Amino acid sequence: MSTVATKDKGQGLDALALEAPKAEELAALLVSKDRPPRPSALSASLTFGWRAMLKIKHVPEQLFDVTAFPIMMVLMYTYLFGGALAGSVAEYIQFLLPGILTMSIVMITMYTGVSVNTDITKGVFDRFRTLPIWRPAPMVGYLLGDVIRYLIASVVMLTVGLVIGYRPHGGVLGVVAGVALLMVFAFAFSWIWTMFGLLLRTEKSVMGVSMMVIFPLTFLSNVFVDPKTMPGWLQAFVNNSPVTHVATAVRELMAGNWPAADIGWTLGWSAVLLVVFGTVTMRLYNRK
Amino acid sequence: MSGHPGPELAIETAGLVKVFGENRAVDGIDLAVPTGTVYGVLGPNGAGKTTAVKMLATLLRPDGGEARVFGRDVVREADAVRGRVSLTGQYASVDEDLTGTENLVLLGRLLGHSKPAARARSAQLLEAFGLAEAAGRQVKNYSGGMRRRIDIAASILNTPDLLFLDEPTTGLDPRSRNQVWDIVRAVVAQGTTVLLTTQYLDEADHLASRIAVIDRGKVIAEGTKGELKASVGSGSVHLRLRDPAQRPEAERVLTRALDTAVQLDADPVALTATVNGRASDLGAAEQAARALSELTAAGITVDNFALGQPSLDEVFLALTDQKSGTTDETTDETTTGATA
Repeated sequence: MSTVATKDKGQGLDALALEAPKAEELAALLVSKDRPPRPSALSASLTFGWRAMLKIKHVPEQLFDVTAFPIMMVLMYTYLFGGALAGSVAEYIQFLLPGILTMSIVMITMYTGVSVNTDITKGVFDRFRTLPIWRPAPMVGYLLGDVIRYLIASVVMLTVGLVIGYRPHGGVLGVVAGVALLMVFAFAFSWIWTMFGLLLRTEKSVMGVSMMVIFPLTFLSNVFVDPKTMPGWLQAFVNNSPVTHVATAVRELMAGNWPAADIGWTLGWSAVLLVVFGTVTMRLYNRK
Repeated sequence: MSGHPGPELAIETAGLVKVFGENRAVDGIDLAVPTGTVYGVLGPNGAGKTTAVKMLATLLRPDGGEARVFGRDVVREADAVRGRVSLTGQYASVDEDLTGTENLVLLGRLLGHSKPAARARSAQLLEAFGLAEAAGRQVKNYSGGMRRRIDIAASILNTPDLLFLDEPTTGLDPRSRNQVWDIVRAVVAQGTTVLLTTQYLDEADHLASRIAVIDRGKVIAEGTKGELKASVGSGSVHLRLRDPAQRPEAERVLTRALDTAVQLDADPVALTATVNGRASDLGAAEQAARALSELTAAGITVDNFALGQPSLDEVFLALTDQKSGTTDETTDETTTGATA
């Protein structure tokens, strides 16, 4: 921040390349052999989270999927289904917004897998892996950075929703509670993608697998319609899908209710996802 | 096995093996690297250098054998090893999207420095590496040499006891290569042990005090530079004649004088011949001098004459030949000699 001097970008690089290292200064620096104590697990994870923030700062284009994509989702589905399913757009948005928010965030999580996959092929991961730090820290830091991305997407979608007529009865508190719960679930759910990011060889295959998982999981839920009109076997799936529980919990919280059962299910699913896929991710990470 | 005497070893491996599918990338490597020196691991692409380094740096789990770094097992005590080593890989092990400063501060924080301490150390390192001007630029805009420097700077945020440099100068121009060499010398002068892998004999020659030559996952020779060169013994004589018409005659004279095959270059006045310094009582230079005088005696005008060091190719050919011919002779001879 204080040292960033971006004047004459691209120019004068040749001159810089010729600047020689200074042996005496270097020698003086190497004399000190004291090592500070290792950072705590939390501190190391937060440092990796900071790295994710720096990457957003340098490559702001990567925010496209958490800004333009969510806006498109809200507008498209509200105006496409609004009239047919709920009689009017204003009516439908009350039902749809928390659901489409859940769906979009769950969809966005798959970019975690893609970025882990591209990052792991670069040399910098080797350096992280030779550091004497808490092993899951790079992954946790990744996901902390992603939570910020999910928050941005949530704010964007809620803003668009409010503009086109969404009025949450739960007020600020209800909305914040709903988003917070969604963040917990998204964090836990993302470990599926860190696993695939480590497991699969190319970015493309990660994308392919993500689609296979995400499309059925998000569409076969109560995001768009009440499951009552679905055939029995589908209802059985939809009513037990984690996305349905999350969407219901978020919808009810934002409407000012306290959906204890669905909150419980959401937290339960989050814990299971975190334990199962977190463990597999770390095994793969250590073995890579 | 051979009982290396040294007081403390930075690296000690016994029968180290790594298998990828059918390929035995590292096939039973024994190394003993004394502390405080530059140890060169010389070998062509695919010889297993990087795989071996990755196992020693705790990045890969060996499939067989043992490896200890400062007496700590790289598998069972990986964390203790990580606390004392740093790795600069073949490809930039820094984040290309971040600036030089950000990269170093990030790693400084991960090594436990406070934010101000990490910033201070980063600024000093960038200055010492001649990167102060480029500190605020993203690493992806750095030249190859600058990248390599920031990479090494990242490896010495905490002065490591052992630094792995995996082909640190591959792809660099001569000036950048010399800068990296200067850095390596400065690092080792402060007591850090350096394990350097390279494909260039020249580089190992300039920096390393002991060298292991590896090929197809095995150590085919080990020793000081002097021992290694003596074991190879051959160099090349390059000649340029004034008159291309004299080349067939020159070829005959050389073949007889040096008792080796003579190679005709694409240039119609140039010839190259190998000189084997071990083949006779005369050293390579004396044999070459004698060949030159015989050419003069035969009335052939030689415009240019040069005796070159054995190239890596020649070292390999020689070492693999000796290995299949006189079994184990090189290994015995080169591991027991006095340290230069």
